[in-house]
Amino acid sequence: MSDLVLSHGPFVKDAATTPNIMRDVLIAALLVLGAATFHFGLTALAVTGAATVGAVGTEWWFTRKRPGGATTSDWSAALTGVLLGLTLPPALPLWMAFLGGVAAIGLGKLIFGGLGQNPFNPALVGRAFLQAAFPTAITTWTPPVDGSTWSTIPSSVFAAPLMHGEVDIMTSATPLGLAKFQGEGTELSNLFFGTTGGSLGETNALLLILLGLWLASRRAFDWRLPISTLVTVAVLSGALHLVLPDAVQPPSFMLLSGGLLLAAVFMVTDPVSTPTTAKGAWIFGIGVGALVVLIRAWGGLPEGVMYAILLMNAATPHIERYTQPRPFGGD
Amino acid sequence: MISLAGLRARARTFRQGIHPPEHKAPTAGLPIERAPFVDEYVLPLGQHIGAPSVAVVQPGDDVRRGDKLADPGGFVSVALHAPVAGRVTAIELRLHPSGRMVPSIVLRRDPWSSQQLAGEPTDPGTLDRDEALRLIQHGGLVGLGGAAFPSHVKLAVPEGKVVDEVVINGCECEPYLTCDHRVMVEEPAAVVRGTEILRLLLGGKRSWIGVELNKPDAIETLKTVAPSTVEVVGVEVKYPQGAEKMLLVALFGKEVPAGGLPLDLGILTNNVGTTAAIADLFDRGLPLVERVVTVTGAGVEYPRNLRVPIGTPVRTILEHCGLRPEADRVILGGPMMGAPQKSLDVPVLKGTSGLLCLPGAPEPTEFPCIRCARCVRACPMFLNPARLARLVRAERPDEAAEHHLMSCFECGSCSYVCPSGIPLVQWMRVGKQTLRAEAARAKAKAAAEAADAP
Repeated sequence: MSDLVLSHGPFVKDAATTPNIMRDVLIAALLVLGAATFHFGLTALAVTGAATVGAVGTEWWFTRKRPGGATTSDWSAALTGVLLGLTLPPALPLWMAFLGGVAAIGLGKLIFGGLGQNPFNPALVGRAFLQAAFPTAITTWTPPVDGSTWSTIPSSVFAAPLMHGEVDIMTSATPLGLAKFQGEGTELSNLFFGTTGGSLGETNALLLILLGLWLASRRAFDWRLPISTLVTVAVLSGALHLVLPDAVQPPSFMLLSGGLLLAAVFMVTDPVSTPTTAKGAWIFGIGVGALVVLIRAWGGLPEGVMYAILLMNAATPHIERYTQPRPFGGD
Repeated sequence: MISLAGLRARARTFRQGIHPPEHKAPTAGLPIERAPFVDEYVLPLGQHIGAPSVAVVQPGDDVRRGDKLADPGGFVSVALHAPVAGRVTAIELRLHPSGRMVPSIVLRRDPWSSQQLAGEPTDPGTLDRDEALRLIQHGGLVGLGGAAFPSHVKLAVPEGKVVDEVVINGCECEPYLTCDHRVMVEEPAAVVRGTEILRLLLGGKRSWIGVELNKPDAIETLKTVAPSTVEVVGVEVKYPQGAEKMLLVALFGKEVPAGGLPLDLGILTNNVGTTAAIADLFDRGLPLVERVVTVTGAGVEYPRNLRVPIGTPVRTILEHCGLRPEADRVILGGPMMGAPQKSLDVPVLKGTSGLLCLPGAPEPTEFPCIRCARCVRACPMFLNPARLARLVRAERPDEAAEHHLMSCFECGSCSYVCPSGIPLVQWMRVGKQTLRAEAARAKAKAAAEAADAP
């Protein structure tokens, strides 16, 4: 017989591995990117690609001398880059998207010690950085494309860094913006099938729901997180809409518009920046849902998902502390 | 299928835990066979929890099968008996499955002697409790489930505690192992008889035998021989259902208090194999000289359930079962809590329930914790293994203790589910050892100071 290997138990092992979980979520994110390319044209690939190059490049640069090599091989940086890209507007200049990727990994993740250590969702840190740095560009929306304009990339995408070039693009508004500033509604079917303006990955509700179900069946995340978020938005907006129909949109519109579903599937479910306890997961989701409704109804911006999640990320250590389970045989 | 789903939904169990693949099919239906006798047996004096036994034989002594080789070395200690007739050739340091060299009695079998095992029965009704416990201690009985804790210590109920229920643990939740299963199927009368002896000895009211539902033949067989005072109960197939705390939750819905014992709930628990051995001790006068061991895994050609004399070298048993050349790991016990071996030149001990041989050791790979909480959802003690491991790793065991590290009984469920391959249960063990060493140092220091004081 061969030499005995003195390894450690247990000698049976569950099949799930961290790289496989990352890979599943990355596959789901790439399917969303496919839908974004269908709705917004080739610019979706360009913008998301730039964000991903920024994210993976940053991860590689700062971890390349680690023993065992760069940590880009665990897929987590690529996932962050793609998720960041999906939250960006279609006509965002590439250099901004790239910078967002650098900020997501550099400021959102590596500065805290890398995978598993970041208190905030890295993709949303990248987006918050862009929101603060380039408030106009990140709220400039272009409408979905049709067959003739599919391969035309808006000129703004190729703008040189830090230059205020003459940009001539056709702009539109997101359903949430229309509702908040113009008082205009949007057909639910348009929200459902992704034929509205908005961030690259947020518009196709149907696809996001299907991917969420698939990832849940793969046990890629704790189902309590998205469910509590969505149920809270539905219940709270439903109740407030009855009392204040002008300020608060009905639950159907709340659930299907904006970045809520994208975030419910990909960001609320980020295990690193959310509580590990079951009770904590419920509290986290309820907090996100409530903040989304409050910000959308009474905040200065039409959309509040990003800040809702970042705020609850900040609360996560405290939620964990107060939701520890009772130990077995204890009081 | 609907009725099966309904049955499972109603099956008694504990909260959390895991469902590893069972791997019991290769041996579950195989009757217990006798392992062939070999030339040399090695009997470590310390093969139970507690003080080592004290040898009462000298090199050169001839012994019959079942003769006493060593006396208990204290209260928490048991006697040791000759597994075969032969001659004591040495008392020397030999490799123990723990990896240490320990004093051991080496016995060379006499090929011409009878290996008949004979003894005088004892009616437990004629003994008072202390006499019965002494018989058990000198019969060499320890827990055969794996922990090898001296049985008479477990049965020595302290003043003020009452035993109402006796619970016999036939869960056998470790994957691969089927030795308890076969004992229940083939020796149900001994299991039930041992259960009754324990109950009468302790003055209990009722007895329960808990068996996982993946052993329906064992449940049926036990039910046909069980008297009305013994209740045979099926429990859900889930790891670690066979941990005594988990079994008591399944049977009674009660939690053993943290740091306490089942006795605090008026319950005494015992393993089925041990229980059958107690029946053999009283009814046939047989000390513990052999036990049933499951030899299994893809690393052996002929998986078997074998009745093995204590002290048989692992190598000879594995060769008997067709050890494959590609086997590269040998584990004493089951895959979840068993002890990996570096050498095959170690003996089967009283606590050895299985010999698991596996090929194809995976390269160990570890990724950072992504806080996925699978370990938190798996832990049957409701601990947060990832956080405890992080605290131990950061050399902050005191903080880990505040988060109930010492409640961990090292079932390994956390390591099983961890997608990042973090050796969580090993970190728990490191932390517990550190805390125990600290406590021992503090105690020694306090004792020294007390001695110095005028």
